[in-house]
Amino acid sequence: MKFNTVIIGGGLAGLTAGISLQMAGKSTAIISEGQNALHFFSGSLESMEEAPQRVVDLFAQAGISLHYNPGYRLMPMGTFKKSTLSLEDISLFPETKIGNKALIVSFSGYHDFFCGFLQEGLEKQGVQCRVQLLSLPELEHLEKSPSEMRSVQIARTMDLVWENVVREIRILLRDEDTVILPQVFGLKDTSVLSRIRQGIPAQVVFTGTLPPSVPGIRTQMLLKRRYELLGGTYLMGDQATGAHIHDGSIHSIVTHNLGNHFMEAENFILASGSFFSKGLRSNPFEISEPVFGLDVEQADDRSDWYNPEFMREQPYMKYGVTTDASLHAIKGGEPIKNLFAIGSILGETRPELGTGGGLAIRSALEVADQILKQTAE
Amino acid sequence: MKLQEYTSSSHNFEECMKCTVCTAYCPVLQVNPLYPGPKQAGPDGERLRLKDPFFFNYALKYCLNCKRCEVACPSGVKVADLIQAARIKYDNSPVKWRDRMLASTDFMGHLARPFAPVVNAVTGLGVTKTMMDAMFKIDRRRTFPSYSARSFEGWMGRHEKEQAAFPEQVAYFHGCYVNYNNPRLGKDLVKVLNALGVGVQLLEKEKCCGIAMITNGMKTEATKNANHNVKVLSKAVDKGLMVLTTSSTCTLTLRDEYPSLLAVDNSAVRDFVIMATRFIYERLEKGAELHFKPDFHKKVAYHTPCHMEKLGWGVFSEKMLRMIPGVEFTMLDSACCGIAGTYGFKRENYEASQAIGKQLFDQIKTVNPDVVACDCETCKWQIEMSTGYPVTNPISILAEAIETNKD
Repeated sequence: MKFNTVIIGGGLAGLTAGISLQMAGKSTAIISEGQNALHFFSGSLESMEEAPQRVVDLFAQAGISLHYNPGYRLMPMGTFKKSTLSLEDISLFPETKIGNKALIVSFSGYHDFFCGFLQEGLEKQGVQCRVQLLSLPELEHLEKSPSEMRSVQIARTMDLVWENVVREIRILLRDEDTVILPQVFGLKDTSVLSRIRQGIPAQVVFTGTLPPSVPGIRTQMLLKRRYELLGGTYLMGDQATGAHIHDGSIHSIVTHNLGNHFMEAENFILASGSFFSKGLRSNPFEISEPVFGLDVEQADDRSDWYNPEFMREQPYMKYGVTTDASLHAIKGGEPIKNLFAIGSILGETRPELGTGGGLAIRSALEVADQILKQTAE
Repeated sequence: MKLQEYTSSSHNFEECMKCTVCTAYCPVLQVNPLYPGPKQAGPDGERLRLKDPFFFNYALKYCLNCKRCEVACPSGVKVADLIQAARIKYDNSPVKWRDRMLASTDFMGHLARPFAPVVNAVTGLGVTKTMMDAMFKIDRRRTFPSYSARSFEGWMGRHEKEQAAFPEQVAYFHGCYVNYNNPRLGKDLVKVLNALGVGVQLLEKEKCCGIAMITNGMKTEATKNANHNVKVLSKAVDKGLMVLTTSSTCTLTLRDEYPSLLAVDNSAVRDFVIMATRFIYERLEKGAELHFKPDFHKKVAYHTPCHMEKLGWGVFSEKMLRMIPGVEFTMLDSACCGIAGTYGFKRENYEASQAIGKQLFDQIKTVNPDVVACDCETCKWQIEMSTGYPVTNPISILAEAIETNKD
């Protein structure tokens, strides 16, 4: 199969690049080995300090509403973190203060949201907290298999019965000015979020749970749907296993599922993520990039890869593939003409592009623009 | 360096990092609280089972074997294989008569075919359904697939010479469904391939791929079929033939389930067994020409069967259909229809089966196509029964859209 651009990796970076190119009329394919880091998405995009209207528009066309409001969001430990561009699930506060009295609500039998930590963290800051666990008859079926009472399963039920939760909370609420809920709402229909906020006579704050992230899965579903609606080919569960390189440029990609049917393209984008997504691999001797064998920044001596103090900053987390100034990936010291690297596989090799979600989006847009400029010339 | 090779685990289960992504994509977990879910049933349970088989959980039988957990896993864990392998290894309960009957598609087809009109009429009767439900716990709400009076193999036998005349040849693994229930699909494939200048021959007596035996605990019978099929596939491959298929599940079984679940070595033939839609798409991509009917028009909605999703080849069926002038194409959202072979026929699974498929059925009704295209026969039965829309293999749609000298 032939495309204008083949993208390896179907997460935030790959989808942003794919959508941008499809919108400009370029044919693209995404090869995605399993699901991606969006399933652990906090709901806030880091390194997006300047108001990026382009990103807000791009997401809005996929049905995802982002709000830009530099400030702080509440973390699951009752602490605060600086944030700017966020999903509508996330409340952003001008200071590290949510209110005076909080009602923390979760579900009985749900172990992936720690009300106790939240309470302790907030009480240290002088917020009076009360914890209430709801027992809804609609969730009883989930409690039969306690190991599977997870965010997504609850969210599927909440899509149907969120109004009952609002009713229960209205009964429970005394003089609290804030209600804190786990992020298990609006998996299918995001309007539920604002309707819950309207239905409860206090400020409602949705806070992160253990994975999978409900806002993250929703974001992944909507971005993928948008990409496919624009005519993109998304190969789910396939793995790029190698490439054919001639004269310093990539000719085609080999994948596990397609075997001897190669994916040909003019441009290739590597958005395969960091260690967790297997964009980078390590063994006791080296850190490598498995598809193309690209150059990876790393300390020569393995003992310098990590800090023995676990909670300290770990050097290996910053490692990534090296690129030239225009994000062409480098192999054996030479940039490959038609291969770009974007997203977390860059590690911190390109600090000007930021970290996390910001790095994914900014590098994806930069490369998409370059590809479009090239063909325009 | 060897260290990592030595520590590789069966079906990659030690690669699991407990991220729980698989649980978000399991269709059974959404409807059946008795099922422990792919993470618990797969890699988590495997650690315990290795310690003591006592920890084997009989609720693993609720797994559909749809493989959606594997497609979603970011760490390459073969979750569904782990679950099926555990069932094969630890579940020693005797196979029920009902399951044996449902799984023996080859044998049942052989018995029913000569009496097809009678069998079809009888299985359609309410009284028969009530009886089957009472005696075998085969759900009475099911519509049974009908049998064809003449087998596909018989038809091919009558056209052997004519097919052999084509300079280029392929072999065709038709499967039980084409042979006993829908010879039309086999004939459609022959029509399309002939139009591309390719003749079709049968394997030297294929047997049922055995997937229903695998999922119903009949390992001995399944292994026997697997060994036989690898032998006859090898004979075709040795003659330099590609082996084409029209069923995504048969294909996945021949290529991937044989080595991973039955330990049958198919490495000599695996790469030569491909879906016919892939073969045809590749021909058309290279410039082969078909004569399309000028007035053909059809609104087609394509459903990717779970096993096609696992093969990663839905894209070939999609692109082949999109190449047909007059096809108005819609890609349906990736979702399980709920039947999963023999699973949905069992009374204890009927409600779960219909609940799993609901999302897909609703979408089909919204799209309102002329026909639903799909590469799997059991999806076809499920979708036709549950939505009333006709379901056809992409090959048959292509066959209908082209003109040949014979028309």
